[in-house]
Amino acid sequence: MIKIEKRNDVSPSIYFLTPILAIFLTLFGGGIIFYVLGFNPLEALKFFFITPISDLYGFSELLVKATPLCLIAIGLSFCFKSNNWNIGAEGQLIFGGIVGGGVALLFYGHDGFYVLPIIILSGAIGGMIFAMIPAVLKTYLNTNEILVSLMLVYVAKLLLDYLVVGPWSNPEGFNFPETRQFSESARMPVLFDGLRIHAGIFITLITVFLSWLILYKTYLGFQIKVSGLSLKTAKYAGYKGKTMIIIVFMISGACAGLAGVGEITGPIGQLHRNISPDYGFTAIIVAFLGRLNPVGIIFASLIVALTYLGAETAQIFLQVPKYTGQVFQGMILFFLLGSDYLLFFKIKFLGLKKNEL
Amino acid sequence: MYKNFLRYIISVLFLLGVSGQANADFKVGFVYVGPTGDHGWTYQHDEGRKAVEAAGIKTTYVESVPEGADAERVIRQLAQSGHDLIFTTSFGYMDPTNKVAKDFPNVKFEHATGYKREHSNVSTYSARFYEGRTLLGHMAGKMTKTNVIGYIASFPIPEVIRGINAMTLAAQKVNPDIKTKIVWVFTWYDPGKESEAAQALIDQGADVIMQHTDSTAPVQVAEKAGVWSFGQASDMQRFAPKSILTSIIDDWAPYYVERSIAARDGTWKQQDTWHGLKEGMVAMAPYNSAMGSDLVKEVEQLQKDLASGKTHSFTGPIYDQKGNILVAEGSVADDGMLAGMNVYVKGVEGDIPQ
Repeated sequence: MIKIEKRNDVSPSIYFLTPILAIFLTLFGGGIIFYVLGFNPLEALKFFFITPISDLYGFSELLVKATPLCLIAIGLSFCFKSNNWNIGAEGQLIFGGIVGGGVALLFYGHDGFYVLPIIILSGAIGGMIFAMIPAVLKTYLNTNEILVSLMLVYVAKLLLDYLVVGPWSNPEGFNFPETRQFSESARMPVLFDGLRIHAGIFITLITVFLSWLILYKTYLGFQIKVSGLSLKTAKYAGYKGKTMIIIVFMISGACAGLAGVGEITGPIGQLHRNISPDYGFTAIIVAFLGRLNPVGIIFASLIVALTYLGAETAQIFLQVPKYTGQVFQGMILFFLLGSDYLLFFKIKFLGLKKNEL
Repeated sequence: MYKNFLRYIISVLFLLGVSGQANADFKVGFVYVGPTGDHGWTYQHDEGRKAVEAAGIKTTYVESVPEGADAERVIRQLAQSGHDLIFTTSFGYMDPTNKVAKDFPNVKFEHATGYKREHSNVSTYSARFYEGRTLLGHMAGKMTKTNVIGYIASFPIPEVIRGINAMTLAAQKVNPDIKTKIVWVFTWYDPGKESEAAQALIDQGADVIMQHTDSTAPVQVAEKAGVWSFGQASDMQRFAPKSILTSIIDDWAPYYVERSIAARDGTWKQQDTWHGLKEGMVAMAPYNSAMGSDLVKEVEQLQKDLASGKTHSFTGPIYDQKGNILVAEGSVADDGMLAGMNVYVKGVEGDIPQ
């Protein structure tokens, strides 16, 4: 007989240690996969997790990759903490990119310090507005926010396709599906010559700090937390649930929009069809791996970013299939959810009683 | 003492320079946009890479590299990790390739299907796929009963429009009544969308379909529906044995081998390559005998004439959809016109998406 019981007290230190355990289990599982594929596991893991960040350029690339993931995951943590399941961060990122990119094209050829801040702001507002659609539909028409936010991803993708193929395509670009390169004034300043790490990292760090402030030091943060723990309690306490749902979606959308605008004004420098390799979806893993905690999310975004870089270096040096990167991301989530289950539930092995035989 | 030291340094540098030329660790890197198992575009580039490997040169590849911010890092990593020649095999790598080339003047770069050569270490190359399209048009015009030819197009770029026009012109020559119907799918590889488009074209009466996308989905739909089809990029015969009349094959192997050896031996020079049937960069898979031996002979002759230059895919008179003359009688379109082609010829239905 096996019996599963809920644990009443979960130690907070173990709660924050399980993600680390999950990472170690992933390394172990990954080693086994490499072994089965015929690679030396230790060597493969070295190329996967150490080589990519063994020089300054690699480290800068890690931060470039982690910046959007961290930003989106921070936004998502507001939604997830309050039991609102925003799955459409990818769409909000793309829509933020579309609005920010549109403004950047509007300012094509303009110089001036004001250009970039306007672009960034409009990108954030774009993401915010796009995220409000599922929020408003949920609060006033009782629709399912998972479905609406997910379907809107495809709407955003198709809109971007339409714009870069048609009205916004580069007039000198032979009809290729991309816009002009933005002017220098519309680009994120690069922090060090020769590296791609850009000023977007400061936006991310400021966002992390602000979200910590809101989540842990304000009344709104308290409301979010209580609603997440028990919706009934929140209602009983007289919290305005509807306003809060819209606010968390707005925060989440703005963060995703910022990530989008950071990508197009940072490393990409124009709009085309592939402005995001599914950052909005990967950020869901980042948010949970970071325990919906701002500091945790910073570390989680670095680790997940490393799986992307690692997959590339492992393929370059060992010709390990590139998709192992996604396998690693999946394993991290799997082991995290698995250990969470054991954390919150007890499995009791009961001996068979005599009269049952 | 000081002079000797200087002499020593100079000789060491000289030796390094010499050994650098006949480099035993010469390596070639490839960046692919899709998985090597797509049976289309990337698959053929990887076949080319294997030929380089067979010629005794070490190669590396990175597959499924998105055409966004990641491409630059992958190209740079290949350059940094000792690759001497790097082939970037998708249009979206154009700007990243040029950017990395600027920082690695000693590494050679080859970008497929692009037009920017901003630094002396960047070459571009592409194939005259439209010559293959001319052959398809000839077959399609002869084989169609409904006089409707279905065409699944990816993006309205000159290369794709050139293919549509070349096919239509050749089909009109043998069958003046044909019409070309087009579905734009705005993707290079999406089996789902491609099969929907194929089905839509068949529903509109097309009994010959062809595609400028990379998956095997359209030929499989055609096989099921019992209409004629053509393979794209690689020989797709085994996916639709009854329906496929032939496939246009992109054969990059000779070019890749030649350029790799040139780079290794220090004879590599910047160039813009546009090879076709003549050089073998465009090749045709075996013709399906179901079209009859007479037609097979005709097409084989046309293939020879295109290769020798006796026939040109774009020979005047050519009119646009409104009836304005594009190429005068007796002359052929020059490469400049072909490279920037952005209007349909007469007989193509619909408008180019703008």
